Amino acid sequence: MILASKPGRPDSLVVTGARVLDPVEGVDAQVDVRVDDGVIAAIGTSLARNGHRVVDGAGLTLAPAFADPHVHLRTPGREDEETIATGTAAAAAGGYCAIVAMPNTEPVVDSAAVLGSLLEQAKAEAEVPVGFLASISKRQEGAELTEMGELADHGALGFTDDGRPVVAPALMWRALQYASITDRPIAVHCEDPTLSRGGHMHEGVVSAELGIGGWPSIAESLMVERDLALAAYEEQPLHLMHLSARESVEALARAQAAGVRATAEATPHHLVLTDDAVRSLDPNVKMNPPLGTEHDRQALLEGVRSGTISCIATDHAPHARHEKEVPFEEAPFGVTGLETAFAALHTHLVEPGLLPLETLLERMSTGPARAYGLERPRIAVGAPANLVLLDPNASWQVTEKGFRSRSANSWLLGKTLKGRVRLTVATGRVVYES
Amino acid sequence: MADIRVMREDLLPPKEPPRRHLISVADLTRHDVERLLGTARSFERSLEREVKKLPTLRGRTVVNLFYENSTRTSSSFELAAKRLSADTMSIKSSGSSAEKGESLKDTALTLGAYDPDVIVIRHPHIGAPQLVARLTGAHIVNAGDGKHQHPTQALLDLYTIQEALGRIDGLHVAIVGDVLHSRVARSDIQALTLMGARVTLVGPPALIPRGIEAMGCERTTDIDAIGAADVVYVLRMQRERMEAGANYVPSLREYAARWCVTPERLRPGQKVMHPGPMNRGVEIDPRVADAQEALIETQVRSGLVVRMAVLYDLLTRGPVAVETAVPLEVA
Repeated sequence: MILASKPGRPDSLVVTGARVLDPVEGVDAQVDVRVDDGVIAAIGTSLARNGHRVVDGAGLTLAPAFADPHVHLRTPGREDEETIATGTAAAAAGGYCAIVAMPNTEPVVDSAAVLGSLLEQAKAEAEVPVGFLASISKRQEGAELTEMGELADHGALGFTDDGRPVVAPALMWRALQYASITDRPIAVHCEDPTLSRGGHMHEGVVSAELGIGGWPSIAESLMVERDLALAAYEEQPLHLMHLSARESVEALARAQAAGVRATAEATPHHLVLTDDAVRSLDPNVKMNPPLGTEHDRQALLEGVRSGTISCIATDHAPHARHEKEVPFEEAPFGVTGLETAFAALHTHLVEPGLLPLETLLERMSTGPARAYGLERPRIAVGAPANLVLLDPNASWQVTEKGFRSRSANSWLLGKTLKGRVRLTVATGRVVYES
Repeated sequence: MADIRVMREDLLPPKEPPRRHLISVADLTRHDVERLLGTARSFERSLEREVKKLPTLRGRTVVNLFYENSTRTSSSFELAAKRLSADTMSIKSSGSSAEKGESLKDTALTLGAYDPDVIVIRHPHIGAPQLVARLTGAHIVNAGDGKHQHPTQALLDLYTIQEALGRIDGLHVAIVGDVLHSRVARSDIQALTLMGARVTLVGPPALIPRGIEAMGCERTTDIDAIGAADVVYVLRMQRERMEAGANYVPSLREYAARWCVTPERLRPGQKVMHPGPMNRGVEIDPRVADAQEALIETQVRSGLVVRMAVLYDLLTRGPVAVETAVPLEVA
């Protein structure tokens, strides 16, 4: 088992009268769904309730629960910012039934020992199943490969040096070659540090006016091109994390058309905000990669629509309050996102008609699951219950107190969103209700 | 003992208007600038008297909080406050708790406890003045925040040009050198275009930031372009902000050869300005710096009366700048 979570008795329930929407299964109907002991047992009208608890789904949408391919749980090392318990509770509140944790912790997840202890901890306290990526290089120093074979044997879901780029092309090349023996994907944070050095925001009109160090979009797209070329050469799959630049999306589309097995993520903040938001000087709009221009945002949105970008990833990056209560340039990169991803994208993309709800649901669930070779959350008889019940009409205000995450560095603080998670079922257990 | 009565809202005295700050030139209107320059002019006349001190701000407290080294800005703010009879207090990051790792937030809260009327802050990062504005009850004057803004420098530059040439509207100003690292350049571009001047940026490609034309100026790498300007504004090569190996220019020698403002590159009658401190022989030829046409010392003198005007305006008169947006909750 590659994902770990705490044990618990599977639940039985009937969700009645909801719009049941699984675009991949081709389901879109107002029907009841019955879960017997954690498994979807029946889908239809006027189902026998078998004495189960009944959840009234009238006016709500029942969909496959979400999978997040990019989460920082900050454990081990920065448990003051997030723990496996709080991070997975936040995931449950966001409608997720599975999340993928990044290895850039202290210490780095670069050995079977660290990985093993995390999996043990997840079995004790994870509200929703977690998969752990191990690092590509030892201590993420970009010099020596980790023991990928052993790490895969001990349950690493894949490999990444996320938070840092793999600078040397030769190391990236060897990583792609060697990871092939494990059948686990390599995921890359694309950034050329010689180009991004000194940058705190996208280089352009806004950085010029504010005098904030610019991070040119070619710092990302050049690495995207390099890694796609290496993946093509080795005929290996590659997962591109948190894309932000138009040029990156264009390079990815070209590579996919040429047959490269590349998948990619976009985050809610890159799909909703632009570098114009940095004029607020709010450290909660500082992230890596930085927010791009409207041109970049449109390219990402088009990539998500077309499927070139198959995953929505939160890049949930908790930071301690005092670390963000500083001037913009002193603040660390990163924002939280697990508890607001669906609502933010529903409010800003689905409601205005920019993205069909079906596409959003697919990119938040099937897309990420496929990128990491996980079982796809689906609404079908016999499938394990991984469900999210959504209220598309509920308006709510994002507040610091409302978070289950241990950190509150959200770009949405104080904002009102439309669309709310009412219930999350992960591997047959009800893990969240509101 | 008087009874406690519940007062109706409309019987209460009117609420205080939002606190005013001077954080960015972008917060100012043309009318604000004209009023401030007019106030500065009247202070200049008052300084011609034998007793230079005015009682205007007696009993007020002005705190100078400097996280970067400064000679002219800190001394001119201090003298401006003293000329207006305010109490002043100067805190520099070296020798203060900042050296012990105290955060800006905690320093601001500490100083705020003394209820100063004005905090003048210089900090290496953009956003520091807004942070202090949120955490204290003082009026904030930005004396330089990173590479972002230095609004009193822009005002004193406008004042200097106005006094020397009689107008700003319709003039052509060439700003030469390291625009990338310069808060002076950003403030001056905004201030000069606000007042109707035309601005051309001249310098090496990597030191004129991509996208800066959107601020309403032109750009060129050709030093001969300064010949067309009424005023040549020379920026300092900020060696302390140049990371090693960043290669903005191959060398200072090559920079000077291509972009140094020399007498040969100027035409008669052009005015030359520099915010100081100068690197003689790098961005400015000593013969230019010491020539009659140079307004560099005038700029320093203007700094005093303009800062007096800013302090006076913030504490006694109408808005200098609208309340700055407060996007971040900092409890």
